[in-house]
Amino acid sequence: MSEQPLFKVTIDNITIEVPAGTTILNAARKIGGEVAPPAMCYYSKLEGSGGKCRTCLVEVSKGSEKDPRPMPKLVASCRTTVMDGMEVKNITSEKVIDARNGVVEFLLINHPLDCPVCDQAGECHLQDLSYNHGKEGTRFEFQKRVFKKHDLGPYIQLHMTRCILCYRCVFTADQLTGKREHGVLDRGDHAEIATFIEKSLENEFIGNVIDVCPVGALTDKTFRFKNRVWFLKPMDAHRDCPTCSGKVTLWNRGDEVYRVTARKDQWGEVEDWICNTCRFEKKNTSDWVIEGPRLIDRHSVIAQGHYAGSVGMHKPTETFEAVHNGRKPKLLMDIHSVSNVNRPEITLSKLDRPAHSSDFKPNQD
Amino acid sequence: MGVKLLLDKAHIEGIRSFEVYRREGGYKAVEKALKEMNPESIVEEVKKSGLRGRGGAGFPAGMKWSFIAKPEGIPRHLVCNADESEPGTFKDRYLMEHIPHLLIEGLIISSFALGSNDTYIYIRGEYAWIPDILEQAIEEAKANGFLGKNILGTGFDCNIHVQRGAGAYICGEETALIESLEGKRGNPRIKPPFPAIQGLWQRPTVVNNVETLSAVVPIINIGGEEYAKIGIGRSTGTKLISACGNINKPGVYEIDMTISVEEFIYSDEYCGGIANGKKLKACIPGGSSVPVLPANLLLKTAKGEPRLMNYESLADGGFATGSSMGSGGFIVLDEDQCIVKHTYTLARFYRHESCGQCSPCREGTGWMEKILKKIDEGQGKMSDIDLLWDIQRKIEGNTICPLGDAAAWPVAAAIRHFRDEFEWHIQHPEEAQKRNYGLAHYADPIHVPA
Repeated sequence: MSEQPLFKVTIDNITIEVPAGTTILNAARKIGGEVAPPAMCYYSKLEGSGGKCRTCLVEVSKGSEKDPRPMPKLVASCRTTVMDGMEVKNITSEKVIDARNGVVEFLLINHPLDCPVCDQAGECHLQDLSYNHGKEGTRFEFQKRVFKKHDLGPYIQLHMTRCILCYRCVFTADQLTGKREHGVLDRGDHAEIATFIEKSLENEFIGNVIDVCPVGALTDKTFRFKNRVWFLKPMDAHRDCPTCSGKVTLWNRGDEVYRVTARKDQWGEVEDWICNTCRFEKKNTSDWVIEGPRLIDRHSVIAQGHYAGSVGMHKPTETFEAVHNGRKPKLLMDIHSVSNVNRPEITLSKLDRPAHSSDFKPNQD
Repeated sequence: MGVKLLLDKAHIEGIRSFEVYRREGGYKAVEKALKEMNPESIVEEVKKSGLRGRGGAGFPAGMKWSFIAKPEGIPRHLVCNADESEPGTFKDRYLMEHIPHLLIEGLIISSFALGSNDTYIYIRGEYAWIPDILEQAIEEAKANGFLGKNILGTGFDCNIHVQRGAGAYICGEETALIESLEGKRGNPRIKPPFPAIQGLWQRPTVVNNVETLSAVVPIINIGGEEYAKIGIGRSTGTKLISACGNINKPGVYEIDMTISVEEFIYSDEYCGGIANGKKLKACIPGGSSVPVLPANLLLKTAKGEPRLMNYESLADGGFATGSSMGSGGFIVLDEDQCIVKHTYTLARFYRHESCGQCSPCREGTGWMEKILKKIDEGQGKMSDIDLLWDIQRKIEGNTICPLGDAAAWPVAAAIRHFRDEFEWHIQHPEEAQKRNYGLAHYADPIHVPA
């Protein structure tokens, strides 16, 4: 094999060398951390994915060594390949931060924000994205859009209101199942994922659409409302499966297997596709050979890893006091500077007894 | 009377038929191109002519042609974009309806220049009656040896296929058009690769507008250099303008790009002035997606020079005080027209036509429409104007295809030039509802040329 030329690319002032043909996003992922732009639609294992969600927009401040002109518009880093000597600004660019902010707002205006009842909560890319790149509050004052419900059969639950139309499930069905039975109907903001005529999706590999879905639009019916993901222990396990690799992550509580998913890497992408039998049918510990705890180091809530001190646990390096310049934590109720109800001379957190009505201002009416 | 190159014969009785078209000197350009010229010299001639794409972007056609990849053994395609769906634009319809053989002739020459043996016309679904006209013209050309195998004994084979669209504005974007032509959902592709490298069925493809391809005929007939002498600067040749709105004589006009906007609106040869003796308020000079201009900025540039009907002059001042030639859909608004209602109508259109592929356009167009509807119905707040501005700013330039920009520009321009009208609408909701029009901006006094 001939040696591939290496291109030098500088992203947020960090220079690395990557093979020609690498996208900016993948180069940034090699650097890792904050430098890697968020990606909601791009999936390295799905051909043709990416370019749609616009969260990975970056500014190219220098095109290449040969042609140093900057690119006129922000570009989708997942679909733009690096050139030798290219300089890219991600989190160091005001323009990028502003545009990404806008994209997050756009993605959320019609999203139901029903995280408290959503099975994806805790491992949702849209949650992560809005925490990291969104703004507080909303400027959208209208009714959110709703869709007619579609039943996709016994395994997969579709919540179209949560969908961000990343097309990942469409690519997955195209590339994994051979015969795709669902797709995108209609256009614009009423475009929806559906089967054209009500149909249940039962291909042996169709369950993978649940894993690729970045939000809670496609969830596992056999796990639906059974438990919250952050109460479960992810364990690597395998079995001798005739159709797939059989390498999975089990989500246990005690000895009970609540859910089976594919193993996901630090970018939330599956390592090996798994079959429906492994995912939906094998819910006994005896079906599996358990390898050990799975390190989940990306997703917001599960990443806290509260079951094993050594695995996935990130102890905060700074204390609350240090962060707040010596101010000690106070009760949440202590809002007397802004409240009309509290008496300013009484600090509720310093009371050595339960608060009483006499500790508040008398009723004005 | 300006020079006419495209519509000079359109008024002749029976020009739609092959016999009359041929009798009037038609298909001479094909004979000249195929027998006396080679593909390279045709491309060279088009380059010399300075012909710019007439679909809206104004990209030099000859340069676009020279980008086409020529890998060994892979067929190339020419696609004619007849999906004319920009509101206010109906020039291609007129051309195809009245003088279809001009387009067919242009297509044969261009196919020869680009080496396309299968050429496609992708025509807008709403133009239900025109494919029959084109197909008949193709049949006639084939019967007379100008299409099919071994055209005029030169060994060049070419077939033209007419494909009807299904009524999506987005399929006028060239990569969405290609997707639709392949039988897929009309979502724009992410570029690169550009169609000139990988287009229709992954083969090198050139997509051109009806008017651009028709203009190849006079270029071959009179020569690129002669063609370039018509017009001013980089705006060479003639341009079809479809004028509509509150004018006395709406219709399709062929102009030579040296006349002023004022002359175009007020002279009897063209629009014939504003209808019903009203005053000019504003105008969208290039199809609904380009910025609207108030009368004073339309007739004169910010520097005080008279604005001309050509690419450079209409774009003078950027989007701050200028607009764009666009596709030539010239929409005139008189003093009674309400900019808020008008902007709402455009926003509704773009919301309906967004393909829904990328988030800023899918969500942003719907959001802008909702806010404008609210303002129009008298429920608006002052902060909504700034919100609209912020939304359009976050759509523009951040989408896959230009539809996002096209949706953002009209809203931006309306707020930029008519912010007081939005404010008036919000502050006087009841009066605005009753009057149904807002404040007028005149270029007073309007001088009407004799």
